[in-house]
This record gives sequence, structure tokens and C-alpha cells, in this order.
Amino acid sequence: MEMKRIDRSQKVRVGFHEAKWDEAIIYELSKPGERGILVPKADKKVVDAVGNGVSMLPKGLRRKQAVNLPELSQNHVLRHYMRLSQETLGADVNIEIGQGTCTMKYSPKINEQLARGIFDLHPEQDPSTAQGIMEIFHETDKYMQEISGMSRFTFQPGGGSQGLFTMGSIVKAYMNSKGETRDEFITTIYSHPSDAAAPALKGYKIIYLQPDPKTGVPDLEAFKAVCTERTAGFIQANPEDTGLYNSNIAKFVKYAHKMGALCCYDQANGNAVLGVARAKEAGFDMCHFNLHKTFSTPHGCGGPACGATGVRAGLEEFLPAPLIDFDGKKYFFNYKFENKKFGVHKVRAYYGVAPVVLKTYCWIRSLGPNGLYQVTKTAVLNNNYMFKKMLEIPGISAFYITDDNQRVEQCRYTMEKIYKDTGVSTTDIQRRMMDFGMHYWTSHHPFFLPEPITLEPTESPSKEDIDEYVNTLKYVFKECYDNPEYVKSAPHSSTTHQVDESVMDDPKKWATSWKVYLRKYK
Amino acid sequence: MERKKLGLIINPIAGLGGSVGLKGTDGVSEEAIHRGAIPRAEERTQRALTELLANKNQVIVYTGPGSLGGRIAKQMGFPYVVDGALSDGHTTGKTTQDLVRWLQQQDVDLVLFAGGDGTARDIYAAAKASTVFLGIPAGVKIHSPVYAVNPSAAGALANLYLTGKVTKTSEQEVVDIDENQYRHDIINTKLYGYLTIPMEHAYTQNRKCASPPSEATAMETIAARVVDDMEPDTYYLIGAGTTTRAIMQELGLAHTLIGVDIVCNKKLVAKDVYGKQIMQYIRGKKAKLVVTITGGQGFLFGRGNQQLTPEVIKKVGKDNLIILATKDKLFQLRGQPLLVDTGNAELDQKLSGFYRIICSYYETAVGKVATN
Amino acid sequence: MRGFPNHPYIPDSDPKIQKEMLKEIGMTSLDQLHHDIPNSIKMHKELNIPEAFASEYALQRHVEGLLNKNTTCKDNLNFLGAGCWQHYVPALCDDINSRGEFLTGYGGEPYNELGRFQSLFEYASMMAELVGMDVVNVPTMDWAQAAATTARMAQRYTGRPEVIVPELLDPDKLNIMYNYCEPDVTFVQVKCDKQGLIDLKDLAAKITDKTAGVYFENPGYLGQLEVNAQKISDMAHKAGALSLVGVDPITLGVVAPPSDYGADIVCGDLQPLGIHMNYGGGQAGFMATRDEERFVMEFPSRLFGIAPTSKAGEYGFGDVAYDRTSFGHLREKAKEYVGTQTALWGITAGVYLATMGPRGMEEVGQTMMQNAQYAVRKLNEIHGVKANSLGGAFVKEFVVDFTDTKKTVAKINKALLAKHIFGGKDLSKIFPTLGQSALYCVTEIHTCEDIDRLAAALAEVTR
Repeated sequence: MEMKRIDRSQKVRVGFHEAKWDEAIIYELSKPGERGILVPKADKKVVDAVGNGVSMLPKGLRRKQAVNLPELSQNHVLRHYMRLSQETLGADVNIEIGQGTCTMKYSPKINEQLARGIFDLHPEQDPSTAQGIMEIFHETDKYMQEISGMSRFTFQPGGGSQGLFTMGSIVKAYMNSKGETRDEFITTIYSHPSDAAAPALKGYKIIYLQPDPKTGVPDLEAFKAVCTERTAGFIQANPEDTGLYNSNIAKFVKYAHKMGALCCYDQANGNAVLGVARAKEAGFDMCHFNLHKTFSTPHGCGGPACGATGVRAGLEEFLPAPLIDFDGKKYFFNYKFENKKFGVHKVRAYYGVAPVVLKTYCWIRSLGPNGLYQVTKTAVLNNNYMFKKMLEIPGISAFYITDDNQRVEQCRYTMEKIYKDTGVSTTDIQRRMMDFGMHYWTSHHPFFLPEPITLEPTESPSKEDIDEYVNTLKYVFKECYDNPEYVKSAPHSSTTHQVDESVMDDPKKWATSWKVYLRKYK
Repeated sequence: MERKKLGLIINPIAGLGGSVGLKGTDGVSEEAIHRGAIPRAEERTQRALTELLANKNQVIVYTGPGSLGGRIAKQMGFPYVVDGALSDGHTTGKTTQDLVRWLQQQDVDLVLFAGGDGTARDIYAAAKASTVFLGIPAGVKIHSPVYAVNPSAAGALANLYLTGKVTKTSEQEVVDIDENQYRHDIINTKLYGYLTIPMEHAYTQNRKCASPPSEATAMETIAARVVDDMEPDTYYLIGAGTTTRAIMQELGLAHTLIGVDIVCNKKLVAKDVYGKQIMQYIRGKKAKLVVTITGGQGFLFGRGNQQLTPEVIKKVGKDNLIILATKDKLFQLRGQPLLVDTGNAELDQKLSGFYRIICSYYETAVGKVATN
Repeated sequence: MRGFPNHPYIPDSDPKIQKEMLKEIGMTSLDQLHHDIPNSIKMHKELNIPEAFASEYALQRHVEGLLNKNTTCKDNLNFLGAGCWQHYVPALCDDINSRGEFLTGYGGEPYNELGRFQSLFEYASMMAELVGMDVVNVPTMDWAQAAATTARMAQRYTGRPEVIVPELLDPDKLNIMYNYCEPDVTFVQVKCDKQGLIDLKDLAAKITDKTAGVYFENPGYLGQLEVNAQKISDMAHKAGALSLVGVDPITLGVVAPPSDYGADIVCGDLQPLGIHMNYGGGQAGFMATRDEERFVMEFPSRLFGIAPTSKAGEYGFGDVAYDRTSFGHLREKAKEYVGTQTALWGITAGVYLATMGPRGMEEVGQTMMQNAQYAVRKLNEIHGVKANSLGGAFVKEFVVDFTDTKKTVAKINKALLAKHIFGGKDLSKIFPTLGQSALYCVTEIHTCEDIDRLAAALAEVTR
């Protein structure tokens, strides 16, 4: 048979099927007697000296039965997890545009390789033995300072939400140190739910600014109406998850300062502004970055991560300790800067997630000032290109389009018209997109906009990638009219079919672990 | 497996008026037919019931004869039982109410009804709070959120509810527009009451964040805030709505859902009062007014709080206005202002501005109140 | 700024493609983007950071150069523990957690990221067996975070504001708990006796009707096993409070699970289970409870459960109790916050436990105990050195009192360093009543020769 060149003109990956192993739960693969590894035994000399060792355990603290863990030979453990990894659509394997707000960009493999170099460092080793990693922390701190205009950073927060919590803690620490009892925090509806939840944890009452129905950004007059001497802090993401930038942000900050409040910049959407705008010039007192978003460290299925948090000059004393400083000759742990009475002291063990800091360092060094600028400009260009393409799809629109405004690095669209016409909802589309090897995200809850779609290309995809994603969406939206049932019953070529969630709310039926499942189901 | 009982009510004349430009059907059905209108309610019901065909043998349809539902049930092959006491000859609002009562006696699991706002009003008039309803939109005016977005959606949700895949319910408003005024382009809605409908699991599994509290819990937290902030010797006028009702429930007091009740020092002072009566209680006293969004279109005053006359609102004053709304309700407005139409244009102007709307125990949202 | 044409990480930085795309959206220059950011707050100068390395090789060489300024616990003989411990990491663990799919997965659904859900469900299942509970969360930041959330959960569950903690607790951990729990939970410290165990008399005095829970660790921070664990749980329960226990999971192959002695909420750190020390970046906290609705409702994080799908023969996963209505906690603030934490370490811990199996966990526990006891023996042969100075039972960590050598721990550790040995953590400043003491950690990675070498070195430096 003649081998002809393959016709690649079909834009939509209709032949895709995700790996489907119907892989049993690991306990089901257990075979008594098998084992995955031989564990070091104590030397004969040791055993001769101390006996079996476990007889030292007091009665009542000795484990009575062997722990019920699965028994598998090593290759079976490997095979099981390899199959599960194949059933996971990580950023490495798909056109990562669908997970809006997550900034799923390429995580360079060289950084992974280099990070292995710190596997065997103990955080409490004498600093003279850890000068290399300490230098990396210190230098990365300096880069963060330059990128944001802030004065000093901590890498302790292990994620964006913990970064927000750290900022909330710093605000409270500052207010305590001034003897102020302010009890309110202002944020916006389109900021991440943790922008409210984190300060609330510190005891603050939360006031939300709603988006102006025309412009989509909060209204300055509304802000002034509620920003008073009771306001401790104002926190917002800018641009927000709709992709819109609040041009009046400096005015908000100025007014908040007039009222004696501190301003926190949630820079989870930092990819939008690297090298273009900084927290400092807008007047913010502090900000945080998600290193696992903007700065490329891999998401790890949900961590480990880092929510690097920085403050302006004058607030350093409230940062969690220690900071890593350089005395001209060597790097050391600085505890002296702390406000011993009011400082936040600590939010996370040790100094932060070191591998994440190291990978960030590597990424920044691989891009330099022009590279970071290029990252942001390309991400924004990609998004604006995609925006145009999306709006060409019948039934798709975005809220808040004015003659004047422009999206930055992501956008929230709506498919409300398609829903009204066909009954197919945005969550149905989410499941159908999986049949093409793609992610798709809607919005935080509760939905402020109906049938939302939030997409963020970042700088990693190419124009062709974006075209493929948009063409796939177009294909699926058309399906809503032609064959709505097929879309509603998706996914069809993913790893499993639709999950029946009715068991999830019933305490008699839910099963959070295998032992509970065995107990409740025969 | 025990079969589920599905009540079915079709308003045979629903939708007649609209297709021939009559903006509604109440009282003008003969004119509509004269203009050549064709009843569509049955066809829309058929679309809804199509979603249940796969489970047809797990339900028994309870309905009225002929065009009230029996005909379509038979045609589609559903097992069905008919209320013999009714006839589908000249049907009126009373027919609907009688059928509702009969269905409730039969202890049905869900009542699907096809019609418009007028039909919903009739349903409400006979409904018990414990009955679960769901509307198939077939009328001209569909302002009540007791209706699904389209017939297929109604059928799909009914199917989910009957098969136990959806278990939660929520109360939604029954509102209606005064048709005579509407015909003259004046929109004036009135809140009639609430019906309990199944609530679809509207949220996707949001992988990154914690879940928000349910609507019912949200209302309870709002009520807790209001109660904890109550000042002594102050008369609290509690307006219409399910969110405000939660305050009365928190205090363990009798109350009216669509009326105004008065509370002072956490005790009930008066129930279901209006205008002049209210003034008698609050004249010369400290008073606060607790209201929520009602009557569709995001109205604060003018569409469901008619008992709150301009005199009352003026006496209470802008600074003593406490506005409540769950995030769900507030977000439905998508940032559009809350509207006031008290009947007094000057007062409306005075009331305009920014307010803190209480949406949980520790959260408020900034909302604008405007006249348009 | 000049931009960076054709950067390997930015496909559309190709100038030709850029021009095409700009044209398609009606622009001619990248400057026309970011239109809504006012000029007054835009940056008008270049970022003052080093220029990019000219090649990936240059980056590698530079960073390797930096890392060569470190010496690791492989280059040296390490006896540091105190919250981060050196254990053997099976090759499978690194192999699986560096798989690109797991490494770069994030927020997909249980369809297209089934592997992530299943591996986390399996981790939770195995941890549940290890600690004797039913419900285990997707891991949080570290032990301190898990303990802090445990304290808040206890507060929400009981409606009471106080949690009792032992005075011999890692001060850093306590600071994290303070910061996280105020203003809703206050911590009351209970005294510890000479053996480092909770003083039961003082505990009886401190438990009141304001106590939400009694938190203790087993083994404690100084390595000591809490022999009165059951009594402590009983005392808490009698007062209507919860028993909150923090554990080191790698000890649970030989040590009884906390469910055996009345624990209601269990927490701890996963780092010993197949995760490298990573200079403190390998920490991961977990919480676990019984399968009771009230407890489930108090978890701030998402909980995954197994579920059927629309096709027979498939397992799916979803969120348990998604609408987590509080049990009458109407006056509560947000139920903490939820975000990215340490999921990959959870998957890794699952791989570790599956690889080790029941026998492996038992053996590693035994080996640690034997090695640690041998170390105590050998160190006690040195004049002036009191190993296991607290005197009680321990698993892998113990206090060594050097006071009688008349040398400070700092000096001793410096001398050990010159011999390429990392001595135990200096406790003299954080627990002054212990004098010049250090916390030594001995695990399954230490051989007889390693311990003999330590003994010889200490003998020399304390002479």
C-alpha cells in the first residue's frame, strides 16, 4: 500500500482518546507476601548490642497489627503509577489554555534537573555549608524586589493563598503596632476567594466592591463610600480574572492611604505586567507573586508552590523571619530585623519551599529583563489574538466590552446565548473539551457572570496552538446546536465517563478512603 | 423499585396572547383565538416530558383530563392517572388550583406545570410549602424564577430530581406583571409568594477553592448578623422575602413571608402591617428598615414591598436602611443598581447612593441604589 | 525594553509571527497592548536584573557552580532532625513525582486528570490505615499548618476557644500556630516533666469548659514517646474536649496509631515518607479524622471521595460534601482558605507507602529504633555526655546533654563540622532548662560505622 503524506488540514483532534487503563485501586492489586523494596536492616553489631529495639516501646504504644498497606512487587507499583500518570492531563502534554487564572506555562526541564542538587540539604545545616542555596534565596529576593519595586521579600508562604494570608497578617501586625483597632478589609468580587478568606481569618470583616456593569472594574466612588477609618486594608488583583485592568488603581490606593489603610496587591495575575508595571508605582504597600504561576515552577497537581510576598520600605519588620542576608563576606540568617512584639514571626516552616525558589531563580536568569518583558508582551498578545478569534464564534461574547478597554493576559467569556438556545451549559462544554485532550475553566463560585468561560493562553502556546484550541471550541459549540445530547453526556473519549455525584452529599454513601468504601459498599 | 409520582398541570391557554401581540392571555383568551392563536403549551410539555421517556416506567403521571395533561401523557406512553372530578372544557385559574389540591392529596413527588406567570400565581394560591414544583415555560410572560430556562431544561431537571440525582430545593419568587399596564408599556411587577423548586447542582466542581455556603445557610448567616447587631428599644421593620424571613426564624417569631412584620427588643410587635399601621408603631421612635431584593428586576422598593409607603421610608431614613441579599441573588443583578420606585420621586432621589449590602455574617458588598 | 526575539520558552516571540498576530488584531506594535495601564504607573526603564544567560549550558554551569558551594548530607554525616529528617527515598518516588504529567498537572477534572485524583485517593487511603482514621485531606503546607488547622477545627467542632499545647513544642511551629489561629483560638501551655512528658496534674488544672482540645505530639518534639497518651485523651474527652495528636508517620509501622489511644484529629508531616529534605522544601502536612459527618464538615480543604460513573466498571472521583454547611456556625468567619499546597508530596507519600508495604514500614521502624538505641549506648560511653538525657522511650530522636563536658553545643558542633559531621540541633537557647543539649536524629540511613564514627568524633571534641 502506498504511503501518502498525512493530511493535517483537519483542525480539530477528533481522533483523541485519553489513556484509559481502567486501573484498579492499588489495594485491589495487593498480593500477600509481595514487597516493593528491601529496607536497610540494622548491623549485626547493633542488634547484638540492643536487641530487637521495639521492645522499648511502652505497652499501649506498640502497634498490635501490621499496618494494612497494599503489597506489591516493585515493578507493579511502578506500572500502577505510570498508568495513573498517563491518565493525568498535565501541562507538558496538552495545549494549556483552558485553565484560566492558573497561568499554566512551560516549566523548563533544566530547572528540574538543577533542583535535584538540593535534595540532600537539611535546612538547619550550618550556614557555612549552605552558602550556595542561601545565595540563590538572596538573589531571587533581589529580583523580586526589582520586578515589583518592593523592598524585601519572604519566600515562606507555600502558595498564593498563604501569600494573601501573610499580607493580611502583616496588615494586622502593623495596625496592632500602631494601636489601631480597624476591623474591615476591602476587596473585589473578581479577586480570588482567598483575598476575602485570608484576611477574614485574621478577624476582619470583608467588604466587596462589585464590578461596574459597564466597565467591569470597581467604581472609585463606591470604594470611597466604604473606605473609612475602619478600613485596615484594601486588596485586589489587577488585572482581575476577567482580564480587565482597573486604570484608576492609583487613585484607589491614594484614597486608601488617606484613610490610613494599607494596600495589598494580589499579583497572582503577575504574568500580565512583568516589566510593564509594578506594585510600587501604583502605590501598593505590599504584593505577592505565585512563583508556580508567573515564574514557571511546575504546579505539581496542586503544590508544592510558593506565594512570595514583598513589602515596601518601612514594613520589613513585620515580615516572617528569618530573612537571608549577605554581610559582605557570607550569607546568614537575619532575625534582627524583626519587630519582636508585633511581627508576624512565622507562617511556614523554615525559609520557604527551596526547590521552587531555585527554579524561579533559574527561570529569571534564563530570561533576563528583556525576556521577562517578552513573556508578558507575548502572553498579552496571545490573549488579545485569542480574544478576537473567540468573539468570532457565533454565540460567544465577553462582558464589559467598551470602545475603550482592552483585555490583558486572560479573559472571561460567556456562552449564555448558546445555553439559552440549546440548554447546553458551560460545565457540559468543559466535559466535552476533554474529548479533545483539552482543559477548560469556568469561574470561581458563585458565578457572577452566567455560563462563564475563563481562558488564559500565557506566552507558552504558539499561534497554531491557539488556533487549534479556538477551532475545537467552535466545533463543540456547533455541536450544541446539532447534537446537544452528545455534548451534555460528555466526556466520551476521556478516561472515565460522567461521574455520578449523588453519593457525595450523603454521609451514609460518601467514601473518602478505600477502607470506608469497603465498609459501606459490598 | 417504587415508582415516583409526577404531577402534571398544563394550562391549555397559556401563551395564546403573545403570538398575536396581546402581551398576555389573562382575560383575553377569546380575543387571542379570534386573532388566530394556536395553543402551544402541550407541545412545550411534550418537549419537557421527552427528557423523562427513558425512565417512563419508573414514574406514574398524575394529571387532569385531556388538554390539562392526560392527553399528552397517554400519547407519549406514560402510565397515568387522571383527576376525574375535573374537565378540560372551559378552563380557568380555579381549574389549576383544584388540580393542585388534588395532586397534593395524591402526595406527588414533583409537580411539573406548563404556563406563564399567571399560571404560577394560580399554582401558588393552592400550593403547600412542602410540595415541590417546577415550571415549563409556555406562557407569554415568564418573570417568575420558578420556571426553567426552556422546556428541555425543565424536563431534564425533573428527571434528575425524580431519580434522586438532585436532592436540594430552593424557594423562588412567584411574580407577575399587571397585564393591563404592561399592554400600555408600564412594567409593574408584584410579588405574590414563593414556590419550592428543585435546585440543580449549579456549581461545577471548582478544583482550586473551597465551596461557598449553600443559599439556605447564607441566609441564616445574614440573619445572625442582623440579629446580633440589633439595638435595644428600636423598631425593626422586616420586609418581604426569604432572606428577611431568616431573621424571624432566627428569633423564633411568627412572621409573614410577603408582608411586613415589626420586631422590637427581639420580640414580635406586629405582623403583616402596612403604611398607616406601621406609622402608628414607629412615630417618634427609633426605627430601622430591613429589606432585601424582591419582585424581579432587582427592586428594593416598589415591586414587592408596597406596604412600605413613602411616609414610612421617609420616617425611617436612609441611614437606618439595612439591606440584605445572598451573593447568589445579588450576583444575578450583575452589578446593575438596586432600583427604588416608592411613588415619591423626591424620596427616590434621596435614597439613591451606595449602601453596604449584608451577604453573610462577616461580608458585605457595596451596592448602588438608583432610580433607574 | 527591547524584548527577546525567538526565546525557546516563547514560541510567538518570533518577530514575523508577532507581526502577523499584531496585524490580525489591528495593531502594529506591542506598545499598543496594556492600553489600560496609565502611563504614570507604567515602567519606563528596564528591569535592573542580570541579562539572560546566552545558553542553557551557561545556566547549568552557573547554577551548578552555586550548588557546589553547598555540602550536603551525603557529603557529610548528618544527625540533624527536629522537623525535617533524613530517610531513604526509594528510587520509585523520584521517578513518579518527576513524571511530567504529575509534575505539571493542576486543576483538571476527575475525567482528564483521573490519575491525580486516584493517586491522591490512594494516598489518603494508605494514610488512613497508617494513622487509624477514615478521612485524610490532600496535604497542606507542613506540620505546623496541619496543627493550626487541627486547632481551628477543634474550635469549630466544640465551639470553645482554647487549645492546650505542651510547653516542649517546636517554637517555630507554635509561632505559626499563633499567627494562624488568632483571634479565634488561644493556646494554653501545659508543663512537661523531667522526661519531657506532659505533666498530668498540670493538665488537669488547665482543662476547663473553655478547652476545645488537647494537642500533643507522639513522639514529641524532643523525640520522647508520650506514654500517657491514653490518659490524656481520656482527660480531654471527660471535659468535652477533643484529643488532637501530632505524629511522625514513619514511626507508625511499629508505634500504635493514635486511634488506638483515643485521638479525634490526627496531624503530622509527610516529609519522611519518600520526600527529600529539599532544604526544608519537602514538608507537607496532613490531617485525619473519623468518618463522622461533623468532622467531615469542618475540614477547610476539599476532600475527594470515590464515586460511580455513568458506565459500569469505572471508578470516578468527586468532592465529598461540597456544600459544606457549618453545623450551626452561623457566626463564623470563612472556614479558613483553600489554595495550592503540596499535592505532589501527597502522591509521593502514596508511592512510598505502596512500595514499602506493611513489612517495609515495620522494618524501617525497627531499624530506626535499633540504630538510635545503639547510638545512645555508644554516646553514653563518652565521659560527660548524657545521651537520651530525658530518660524515656524514643523512636529516632533523643536529647544529648553535653553540659558536663563544659563545652557548648555550638562549639561541639563546629568541631564536628570540621570532621564533616552535622551534629544534632542546638537546644540551649530555645529550652534553656535543658542546659547545653542537642537533639540528635538517627534513622535507617545510618550504619553501625556511621554511629561509631560519631561516637569517636564526639569523644575527641569533648575531651
